[in-house]
Amino acid sequence: MTDRLPHYVSDAPFDPIAVTQLTREQEKFYMASQWKMMWWRFLRHKLALVAGVILLLSYLSIFVSEVLAPYNLHSRNTDFIYAPPQGIHLIHEGSLRGPFVYPQKYTLNMETLKREYADDRSKPQSIRFFCSGDTYDFWGVFDASFHLMCPPRDGTLFLFGTDRLGRDMFSRLIYGGRISMTVGLLGITISFILGISIGGAAGYFGGWVDSSVQRVIEILRSLPELPLWLALSAALPANWSPIWIYLGITIILGLLDWPGLARAVRSKLLALREEDYAVAARLMGAPPAHIIGRHLLPNFMSHLIASATLSVPSMILGETALSFLGLGLRPPITSLGVLLAEAQNIEAVALYPWLMTPMIPVIIIVLAFNFLGDGLRDAADPYD
Amino acid sequence: MLTYLFRRLATMVVSMLVISFLIFIIIQLPPGDYLTTYIEELKAQGEVVDPKKVEFLRAQYGLDKSMSEQYFVWVSGLLQGDFGYSFEFNLPVSEVVGDRLWLSMVLNFSTVIFVYLVAFPIGVYSATHQYSWGDHGLTFIGFIGLATPNFLLALILLYFANVWFGTSIGGLMEPRFVDQPWTYDKVMSVLAHLWVPVVVIGTSGTAGMIRRLRANLLDELQKQYVVTARAKGLSEGRLLIKYPMRMALNPFIADIGSLLPQVVSGSVIVSAVMSLPTTGPMLLSALQSQDMYLAGSFLIFLAMLTVVGMFVSDVLLALLDPRIRLEGGLRK
Repeated sequence: MTDRLPHYVSDAPFDPIAVTQLTREQEKFYMASQWKMMWWRFLRHKLALVAGVILLLSYLSIFVSEVLAPYNLHSRNTDFIYAPPQGIHLIHEGSLRGPFVYPQKYTLNMETLKREYADDRSKPQSIRFFCSGDTYDFWGVFDASFHLMCPPRDGTLFLFGTDRLGRDMFSRLIYGGRISMTVGLLGITISFILGISIGGAAGYFGGWVDSSVQRVIEILRSLPELPLWLALSAALPANWSPIWIYLGITIILGLLDWPGLARAVRSKLLALREEDYAVAARLMGAPPAHIIGRHLLPNFMSHLIASATLSVPSMILGETALSFLGLGLRPPITSLGVLLAEAQNIEAVALYPWLMTPMIPVIIIVLAFNFLGDGLRDAADPYD
Repeated sequence: MLTYLFRRLATMVVSMLVISFLIFIIIQLPPGDYLTTYIEELKAQGEVVDPKKVEFLRAQYGLDKSMSEQYFVWVSGLLQGDFGYSFEFNLPVSEVVGDRLWLSMVLNFSTVIFVYLVAFPIGVYSATHQYSWGDHGLTFIGFIGLATPNFLLALILLYFANVWFGTSIGGLMEPRFVDQPWTYDKVMSVLAHLWVPVVVIGTSGTAGMIRRLRANLLDELQKQYVVTARAKGLSEGRLLIKYPMRMALNPFIADIGSLLPQVVSGSVIVSAVMSLPTTGPMLLSALQSQDMYLAGSFLIFLAMLTVVGMFVSDVLLALLDPRIRLEGGLRK
């Protein structure tokens, strides 16, 4: 009987809620707001996170395109027409020299009449950083000439080659990306507003409003988008200024995109409007716009943002296609599609493949939006 | 089934009417009409334009009537197979169009078949081998296809088809077959040229299709009856084909609704780039020169392709799935 446990009574005062009491860490977890939980969930989706960072950086670059581009949008180098890309080198004749380029020498092949460029290996030219180059008008506020990266003194820096007027493709690509990316954002804003108001009205009021909106959505969704975009942008008057054309194109892109969003809003609202809190608000005399905007929408805002993100790529691709066919944006407004229009024929692919480089940012941005949208959609329902 | 068919047919007719109205408004949108452009051009060339002749032309083309009258003339003409008059070519639209409509249909139909043929095995593989290297790799390729602008892919493939296989650039057949009667050789030539646009247009739709099939099949594979069947010793292949695949097939057919508009859109731009003898390039030039009847009939035709395609897919679905047939409506 020696191994019998001694009688034991704890001295601590009895606290019946000790078990349910949360530690500090637990509290942080259990009491987290919905948006915080979505954020945690989003962080788990690594690909979406990377895509988000890429997009954030690209959109931030919009503000400083002038600084990032080594040349201006329209600066022409008439001595270098259709020059191929210059590679950045680090090592010259066995010794490290920092980033530099070899100057290009131009000869006209008299047989094929093709411009031929050859690297002059004897004279490496260092690329300058944080330097002054072409002057530009920074957002219409002040003139500046500061660039992140400039061509060497008396040299050239054509990372992606030049086009038929000797304009640097890399710089044009940065400026073009700015237009293409904002077209997507403006278009989705229009489509978002239309989708929420039309889908909201249909879902909240039901009845004939709902069924007529439903029919319209069905019809619009069964129409092929691109031919309609083409027809609508062909209808934009030719004498409009480029900036109006730009606005017109974004509106056209947004006009045909809202049905998808409206449908999502409608089906959610149909379910939510019968909830007690919605009925209570209605009984207290809140107007429909207030009930929808204040009480119902926040419930599924995260879903809406996710699906909006997923439809930005189609707008960017749409603008690119329209401009490529010559019915979208027109120079001097330069988007990626306008740039690609230069590579429209098979000769460009065969002789000057670097004219197709604007395709790279298009692919990256579209992919990034798709991955980000996927991640957001997974994160949108953190209570799953 | 008959009530369902009838109801579905009625909705199709109504939507075609609404679509024709929409398209009529769109082609009327540009300020001025073809005649004003034409007269300006004549004036710019220094020719004297007789106002009487202008009036005559206006009356002949019905441009002096009110909008609603013009619409009714146009729609009733469409119903009788009269597609109006092309200003640019000075010919009835039906003569200008010629083989284009058929070739367009062939192109779009082959693309849909291509998308199914490619997406189906890949989707099944991705679902049964979830998170494997194959799954990730195929998904990635699919995404790239989704993100690359169609028209650029067309250019690149066209170039390589020419360099590697010696396929002539542009067109849907060897130049010597153009405007010739249909023969065996001509059909073969069309088939040899068809694959480039079909692959190019198909890439964008395939990715989406794979994703959806994969998601559907994954949902099915997690259900209990699959576990039961496996526990009872059914072989993996039989198990897959006999039960979950059938369930996953349903949305596959319903999806034609979102696939068709995409394919038709894609075919317009790809044909324009590759100058195929389909509706695409001509629609583009008709839009640019405000040749409204020509543009209008192309738009109507393209819309009809998708609407009729969706009708067919709905009927197929109803045949396959008694739930839809008996409820008399599509539940999405």
